[in-house]
Amino acid sequence: MQTNILEYLEGSVARCPDKVAFADATDQLTFAEVSDRAKRIGSSLLAMNHRGGSVVVFMRKHPTTLTAFFGTIYAGCYYVPLDDEMPRHRIELIIKTLDPGILICDDTTRAIAEELAYPGKICHYDELVQGDINEEALADVRAKQLDIDPIYIVFTSGSTGIPKGVMACHRSVIDYVEHLCDVLKFDEDTVFGNQTPLYFDAYLKEVMPTLKYGATTILIPKQLFMFPIKLVEFLNEHKINTLCWVVSALTMISAFRTFDTVKPEYLRTIAFASEVFPMKQFKIWKSVLPGARFINLYGPTETTGICCYYEVDREFEDHETLPIGGPFRNTQIILLDENNKVPAIGDQGEICVRGTRLTLGYYRNPEKTAEAFVQNPLNTIYPELIYRTGDLGKLNQRGELEFAGRKDYQIKHMGHRIELGEIEVIVNMHEDVRSACCIFDGEKKKIVLYYTGDITTADLTAYMKSKLPRYMIPNVTRQLEQLPLTPNGKIDRNLLKKLYEKK
Amino acid sequence: MEALLNILNELHPEVDFETETGLIDNKILDSFDIVTIVAEIDSEYDVQIPAVELTPENFNSAQALYALVQKLMEE
Repeated sequence: MQTNILEYLEGSVARCPDKVAFADATDQLTFAEVSDRAKRIGSSLLAMNHRGGSVVVFMRKHPTTLTAFFGTIYAGCYYVPLDDEMPRHRIELIIKTLDPGILICDDTTRAIAEELAYPGKICHYDELVQGDINEEALADVRAKQLDIDPIYIVFTSGSTGIPKGVMACHRSVIDYVEHLCDVLKFDEDTVFGNQTPLYFDAYLKEVMPTLKYGATTILIPKQLFMFPIKLVEFLNEHKINTLCWVVSALTMISAFRTFDTVKPEYLRTIAFASEVFPMKQFKIWKSVLPGARFINLYGPTETTGICCYYEVDREFEDHETLPIGGPFRNTQIILLDENNKVPAIGDQGEICVRGTRLTLGYYRNPEKTAEAFVQNPLNTIYPELIYRTGDLGKLNQRGELEFAGRKDYQIKHMGHRIELGEIEVIVNMHEDVRSACCIFDGEKKKIVLYYTGDITTADLTAYMKSKLPRYMIPNVTRQLEQLPLTPNGKIDRNLLKKLYEKK
Repeated sequence: MEALLNILNELHPEVDFETETGLIDNKILDSFDIVTIVAEIDSEYDVQIPAVELTPENFNSAQALYALVQKLMEE
């Protein structure tokens, strides 16, 4: 039985060492090169006596970055991906949360890395990859490694203003990869076009099956996502046949009538996640690619990325939405109402997940872990954890799960998961802000911030840009004399929403 | 031009759109901004920007963008 995700890489290196595994617009690495670099990085980390701790990988999006991830795992460590586009404040918050370990930088991040008060050791990728491979040391790590050992931490938005680090282990990732591949039917001819950044978990959908099958993943330059014709031309040029993108990246192409000028020639599998696919846009895709398979994926980072899927198998009316469908094999979805009971069929409940794909919980955060990873209330016999997603769902007449909103103020925006509370905390930290409240216009997909205080919207926006990732910056920022309050003295979000709709 | 500047300022109040000529090159605008700008131009000027006009050159400055809008209005 497989117990380590590196076995995927080792299998492909044996079968097809000279095939391109990962590439971007200019550079590429074969499986043999990926393996060689990963083993060198792993050996270098071990030579520094770093084994079993965190390794921050602070590099630009590039094929070599992936070899830093795998190298970290070779050393029995877990990687923490950061990105040069993250704002300084967020990087510092994450680094402060971590135990001191090793930080790997590259030329683009070195200057920023050296300015950070990182308590561990900062190493340059180019130096680590120069080291010799120590097979004996790597084998020793492997022999002692368990499949419940962590391999990565990804940080997601936290309502208290501090990002939460979700830790995943070999076993949950293997469970995820195996069942994802069964459903999506990847093989060695699959050419993925990667859209998502490497500092979340979405890229696992492409990178892990690439290792498993000896397929290929092309990292698409981010800039192309502004210019849809060039983007589709890129897909064709690289013969990309499989996409696992966030919905907004797909709708950007269809909404601009890109297909009037150029059509994707090789696409056969289109999976999408993170948001509801607007039906009008979905139908455009379906009509341009009638022979392709379309699969809706659903799931939070805490369940190793995704846990449910629905393969589109029928026509939909314009007013309908695609269901979430059902869980992957070896995963169960339980709906629970406010009394922790299973609601009647068709009634709403919180989507809770049971299975091996549950991650280990939040890094050094037992309180938040205990709130979300809880004893299955339906099981009073032995200890068993479920993950409470905070998403609401209900079963339709076909027995398919449908998304029905959130229990709290978490939103999905441009494919990113955001706690509106995190934005409010950051805004309230500014000394010239008296009060602040964020609402979300779900129809136009806009984050709207209302605030009171002695600061202009321009200055406040500039401040937010220094503290928050780009996708969390409100799309509309408005100053008020006073925020409306409910009789209980809380900020009246409903009134703010009405105020916003009037404008 | 004023209406266009209003659209842009709403998105990025901290940018001086009258002088900035590297909105794309300097990574000021991202794909979300582009989508929003195109939608707002549609509702403000009743002009639909086709995909072929979505180029870095047309979006690098407010001036270039306004020229595009004017060109499309005349067509």
